[in-house]
Amino acid sequence: MSLLALCQALQDTPFATAIAESEWLFPTIETVHVLALTLVVGSIAMLDLRILGVTTRTFHVMQLSEEVLPWTWGAFVVAAISGALMFASAAAKYSANMPFRLKLCLLAAAGINMAIFHVTAYRAVHDWGHTLPSPRPARIAATLSLVFWIGVVFAGRWIGFVK
Amino acid sequence: MTTMIRISDWLTATPLSHAIGARFWVVPVVQSVHILAIAVVMASIAMLDLRLAGMIGREQSMQGLTRRFYPWIWGALIVLLLTGVVMIMSEPGRELLNWVFWTKMGLILGAILFTAPVRTLVEDVRYRDLPANRRALVRTCAVASLVLWVAVVTCGRWIAYAGDRT
Repeated sequence: MSLLALCQALQDTPFATAIAESEWLFPTIETVHVLALTLVVGSIAMLDLRILGVTTRTFHVMQLSEEVLPWTWGAFVVAAISGALMFASAAAKYSANMPFRLKLCLLAAAGINMAIFHVTAYRAVHDWGHTLPSPRPARIAATLSLVFWIGVVFAGRWIGFVK
Repeated sequence: MTTMIRISDWLTATPLSHAIGARFWVVPVVQSVHILAIAVVMASIAMLDLRLAGMIGREQSMQGLTRRFYPWIWGALIVLLLTGVVMIMSEPGRELLNWVFWTKMGLILGAILFTAPVRTLVEDVRYRDLPANRRALVRTCAVASLVLWVAVVTCGRWIAYAGDRT
């Protein structure tokens, strides 16, 4: 089955059709998506800025990370589900949308960057998490994280501006 | 209402409005910056509320946390104002003639009204040293501000979908 056929099948499902045809369902899901993503991006930015030393070392990086990231993940799940619902409502259109594809790539990049950071520099965070400057690999990861997530927001907003 | 229509028409005719409208990229970029500033506000207030609930950062004082976060909150609100003005200038009628927009403006006033006390109440006295009724006031304002900012964001999204346009 081709990608287009799959997308068509998805948007023909009852729930996807309901979202597409309802006047208020899509905007409501979209609002939830925006609220969730602001929490994801805001909390990740908090951690990145701390690692970069832009904010002063009130928090130990490890402690900030361990306390805040569970909430970040929760918000991400909400953003992902709401995003998937919106996608489903017009899957064929969105799958061909360049900003949407770019957004998915940037999300993947952000995820990979985060994973690499956690299995490398973060392993030794106990040693460097309470001082500045943070080790260079950590600073690189934090910078990339900001770039990717800001990119996700810009790409996401651009979706609606491209036909 | 007719005054607002006249103001809106007048703004639409300005060179600035035309300049913004002529560049297709301005509105998406400005909206994205607007969203990033919202992220700063929402995440900061959520952090502070979670701290008040004792769920994170318990070794940090509320006083210290508000000192760290509030400059960011106020800074982000200024960015929101500036980007908001640009968005209005690009298409004045879309906001100025929209009841959802004006509802949002009212909610922003309310949100600021409840956001400020959380900082000022712990300006000189640590949260734990406040009398019980003051602590309750801090908590009430903290929750109310979060609820109101969520309402502001909701209205913000709904400007595009609802509201009369004359």
